[in-house]
Formats: sequence, C-alpha cells, structure tokens
Amino acid sequence: MPLVHSLDELVHLQKKILEDRRADISAHSIEGLGREKFAAPALRADQELDAPRGKEIRVVLRNCNLIDPESLDDYIGEEGYQALATVLSSMSPEEVIEIISKSGLRGRGGACFPTGRKWQLTRNSAGSPKYIICNADEGDPGAFMNRRVLEGDPHSVLEGMAIGAYAIGASRGFVYCRAEYPIAVRTLNLAIQQARAYGLLGENVLNSGFAFDVEVRMGAGAFVCGEETALIASIEGRRGEPRPRPPFPAVTGLWGKPTCINNVETFANVPQIIMTGADWFAGMGTEKSKGTKTFALAGDVNHTGLIEVPLGITLREIVYDVGEGIKKKKELKAIQTGGPMGGCLPASMVDLPVDYESLMAAGSIMGSGGMIVMDEDTCMVDIARFFMEFIQEESCGKCTPCRVGTHSMLEILTRICRGEGVDGDIAKLERLSKLTRTHSLCGLGQGAPNPVDSTLKHFREEYEAHIYRKECPAKVCRELIRYEIIAETCNGCTVCAKNCPIGAIAGERRKLHVIDQETCVRCGICIQTCNFGAILALTGDQTAPVMAQSQDPI
Amino acid sequence: MTIPAQPYPLTGRSFKSLEKEYPLNDPLQKAIIDQILQSHCDTPGGLMVILNEIQSRIGFVSQPIQEYVARVLNTPVSAIHGVITFYSFFTTEPRGERILKFCMGTACYVGGTPQLVDKATQLLGVSPGQTTPDGKITVEVCRCVGACSQAPVVVVDEQMYGRIRPSKMPALIRDVLKSCEDASGG
Repeated sequence: MPLVHSLDELVHLQKKILEDRRADISAHSIEGLGREKFAAPALRADQELDAPRGKEIRVVLRNCNLIDPESLDDYIGEEGYQALATVLSSMSPEEVIEIISKSGLRGRGGACFPTGRKWQLTRNSAGSPKYIICNADEGDPGAFMNRRVLEGDPHSVLEGMAIGAYAIGASRGFVYCRAEYPIAVRTLNLAIQQARAYGLLGENVLNSGFAFDVEVRMGAGAFVCGEETALIASIEGRRGEPRPRPPFPAVTGLWGKPTCINNVETFANVPQIIMTGADWFAGMGTEKSKGTKTFALAGDVNHTGLIEVPLGITLREIVYDVGEGIKKKKELKAIQTGGPMGGCLPASMVDLPVDYESLMAAGSIMGSGGMIVMDEDTCMVDIARFFMEFIQEESCGKCTPCRVGTHSMLEILTRICRGEGVDGDIAKLERLSKLTRTHSLCGLGQGAPNPVDSTLKHFREEYEAHIYRKECPAKVCRELIRYEIIAETCNGCTVCAKNCPIGAIAGERRKLHVIDQETCVRCGICIQTCNFGAILALTGDQTAPVMAQSQDPI
Repeated sequence: MTIPAQPYPLTGRSFKSLEKEYPLNDPLQKAIIDQILQSHCDTPGGLMVILNEIQSRIGFVSQPIQEYVARVLNTPVSAIHGVITFYSFFTTEPRGERILKFCMGTACYVGGTPQLVDKATQLLGVSPGQTTPDGKITVEVCRCVGACSQAPVVVVDEQMYGRIRPSKMPALIRDVLKSCEDASGG
C-alpha cells in the first residue's frame, strides 16, 4: 500500500491511477453523464440513481455510480483528497472557514444553519479536545440521499470531515449512522481503513502534523437521535433524549466539549467547494440558498429516485421535468417536502421555487430532502394522521408538550379518519398544534404540527368532508368508503374472490360477484387485482353509476 | 475477564446465579458476550456499541444479559434497561430464525404496505411483532428502510425485496420458509 505524503504525491498518484485504468480498460463514456469513466461498466445507473434529467446538476452525487465505493484508488482518480491536501499544505483554518462562509453553504440536514458560521463558532469555543460529528442518522421516511452518498462515495464525506476538523481544530470525528443502514456502515468502515493505510487519516495526515481519525457509531432505531443533542447522548451511550439549548453543541457538546455536527451532504459538498472555489458554488442557487440539494423523489411520479438540483428550481420542474410527470397520467394533488416534520404543498403552488425561505413561507420546510409527490388518490387527512402517528411513536417522551400534544392530535385525526369527527375538532387541532410548536424542547416537537397545519391550510375542505359529511373524497379512509362491483363490467373471473383475505366476495365462475359489506374490511386488494376495472370505491352518498342505470327501467 | 471492584454494593444477582440462566449458561454464547465486553468496555460511550453487538450476534438482550453487562461495566441495571427500551432495535426476547420486516415509510405506506401486512397475517397467522409458533418467522413493521423508489418493500433479514404485490406474498413466504429449512438442514 502506498503511503501518500503530500499534495504532489497525491496528484502524481492520481495520474498514475488514471493511466493504468486507460491502459487496462478502454475508456467508455456513460450516456448522459458526459464524463469519461474508467471503472468497470457494471457500475452504471440503477433504479435509485439514474442519469441526470432536466435541470439536474451533480455535485454531492458526482461520484455515485461512477466509482467503486470500495476503492480508494477510484476516488483518488477523481481528484480525491486533493482538497484536503491543498488545505493542509497552503491554508490556515481561518482561510478554510472564510471560503466555506463565502460559498454560502448551509446545513443540509434541515436546520439550514450556515456551515461557515457553525465552524467559526466551534473554532472560537474554549475547550479541548474538540469533536466533529457527521450526522448520518437519516430517519425521515422517504429519504435516502445520505445512505446513497455513504454507500456510493464514502471518501467524499470523510474528506469533508477532515477539512472541517482542520478548520475547527478537532482531532477526532464520529459518524453516527443509523442501524437500518448496515451496508453504509460496512462501506464507511472499509473506507476509513483504506484512508488510514494511505496516510489520509491518522496521527499525521499527509505528513502535515495534523492528526485526525474517524470512528463509526451505530444508532439503534430511534428517529429522535437525528436531533443533535439526542445524537450526542446516544454516542455517549445513553438514551437518545434531547436537552435544552443553549448551550449549543458548538460550546458544550460531546462529553461536554465543543462539537461541530454537520449532515452527510454538507460534508460531501466541502471538498468540491475547496477544489472549484466558493464563487462557483455561490453561482448556483438563489440569493440566500446556494448550491445544489439532493432530493429523494418518491411517490406517484413516473421517475422516482435520487435527484440533485440547483436550489431555486421550481417544484414544477422537479415533478414534470426531472420526475417526468405523474404516474398513469393522473392529476397532481400535493407535494410533501421535509419528511414527517415538513408540510404538504398543494398543486396550486407548483411554481414555488425550492429554497429554504420560500418553502418555509409556504408552511413547509426543506428538511433533509424527502420529496413525496401525491396524486389525486391520496387523502390528505390520512397523510396527516400517518405522519402524526410516526411522530407520536418517535417522540422520546421527555417533554410534555411533544409527548401529550402529538398523542392528542393523533387521537383527533384518527377519529376524523374513522368518520367519528365532531364539530370543533379542527379548532382543537389548531390549538394543540400551536401549543406543541411553541412549547416543545427540540425540533421534533416544534415541527410535529407541520403536517397538520399545512394540510389544514391547503386542504381544509377535506377535513370538513370527513367531519361533517362523513366522506373521504380520495376514497382512502376505510371506515368512510365501501367497495362495489359494477354488474355490467364484472365477467365473473373469480380473481377478486380468490384474493380477498377474508372471503367477503361471493360469486360463481362467469357470474356476477358480490361484496358482502358487513364482512369487507376495505383492504383494497380486490381493486388492485381486478383486471377489468369492475370494482369501484364509493364514499358517502355516492352510488355506482351502473346501479343507478339498472334501477331506471323498473 | 477481570471483575472491577464495586464502589458501592450492587443489589441484584451475583455472577454465579446469572451464569445459570440462558443464554449465559451456554459457554459458546457467554464467550461471545465476554469477548464483546472485553473489546469495548474501555471505549467511551461504549454501552451502545456493546448492546448493538450483543443484539446482532446473540439476537436479543434479555434481563440476565442486561444484569450481566451491568455488573461488568459497573453501571446500574436501570441505565442499561433504559437504553434497551429507548431504542427500537433492541429486543429482550429471542426472535424467529428469519425476520420479515414490512417497511412503513411514507412511500411504502402509500404503495400498499398495509395490504401486504394483512396478507402476511392471513398466511402466517401472526400479527406484526409476533413470531410463528414454530419459531421460524417473526413478522415486524419497521421504519423507512430508505429504498423508497422500490416501494413497497419487504426486508427478510438483510435482503430487500422491492415492488411486492399482495399476490407475491405466498411465494415470498414459501421461499423464506424454504431457506429456514435449508439452513437447518445444512
């Protein structure tokens, strides 16, 4: 294993690696990516991460799918660790912080605190040793950007951490990764070993006298550990409960020492900013939100998966250009951003630019980057209930407003979805949401009411339909709908009867089938399995169109 | 392993009585636990690391194990019990040979996980959180596994199956049961 001692050696090694690759495999360019690639052709676009579409720009995901994540040589071949070498050989910590501040990079984990300022604060704090932590506890349902970066390009995160550590004056770093990502943990551990062997981590990084080492710590399935003080408690080996701030971790963090916590994506941006320059980074995005952001696009769009777009792009461009429109040509109903503490934006706001301030003003947040597109068949009350259930379960229970507030809101939402909503429920929800938001200890409770607030704001009529008319317009809430078979379309193929988990469908082959409304649990399996579209979901006073016709002659 | 001196008298059971209980009465299992404790007892904040390792290698962290770890680390059992009950990954009871996890992330939920769970419940006769009477399969509902583009997702141990329809469940469960038999046969 070659030990690298300086920037020159690193550049030399890069040249050598690239020459070797050129000689080994004839270079091929990957369609759409416009870059020569020397790795094995097997590392191509997959279901999660495809070639860029629409306005996509790859900065954080630049190496994913292009290099072998288990090969440090591949990363060095892509200018890897040259940013770290440059920083160590020719920059003071203050200069590094200056560049990061100038670039306008803001925390990608959701709180969007300016990264340069956070580093400056930690650097200025008295206390030694200092720690740097990478928050890889990506718990938002529907988000997997960090996993992909850790699994696809772990060295970029390590390099970013090393640069950050140099800037704040830390010599030890931790990556706190959630237990649901075993492959990411394995890849990271391997990457750390390789970097140590090359002299890119350890007692004397690149022969500069700077000491830095990283350790991976695993979570154990607690969503709240993504909150920085809870994360620190978890690394310390305690229950992951948040504590009041201030003092902020930058002053009193891990084991009471100054600690800087940044998201995976934030760190992955750092080497590129150092290499290409703050102006290049600040040239992307809007006035206050610079650079690019990765999103995990999921839900009812034709093209789901990871995307990376410049900030300031509109939701329309994401849904219709990058996501290639709504599945089955249905109507867009809402876009949910920011994970469970985010909000639902209605289709009418589709021209909203995606940046921190605009999303916040519209009642949602950027969050860590989950983006779920919902079509007309989604019930917004049910979605609010789903998120509230998630938050209520994941609330750590330390502070009362969050523990009791989320529980009470969930109770009301569940009642509304069951058709047992009463007059005054909406007002109660609004009051509870305000109390929970203003009185909770950490971001979990403060953001908990967002799904309720945003759906109440934009989809109030759906709540009213559930409460006053006992209808679910999207035909999702089981207690408010029924399934009926259209007599004329049903050809008696028996598929629905065979698939019904509780045997609620009766009928002989080639004869009309009937659903027993008393037994039916409205699981919806019959609708999915029927190949002829003969089963309809109805709500409230609706009747099947065919039934109305058949009554006419009599 | 050296037993540290107790700064205060610990109530509760002695090493001797704990060693009579499962799994500590099994020399192989005890050796694994001892080795984990040995390598991490000096790590700052090592409790999470130790419990994570025990969970993944023994499969559960029962009351006797918690008391044993408490004795060795010289911490109150309550502190360990507190950590165990806080994080959803730790279980205090042995689970089935194979663990069938249904992802309840947003994309999967919208994509039809509830129907899949209904189907599995119907096929196996156990609800989420339970293990089949023969100890083969544990059914669980879990948080987002981060494979949303393939929703709905079912995870068997660490293997991920995407875009599962209710009609595919019987075949999946048959495969899982077969892999159990293969493992016990070989």
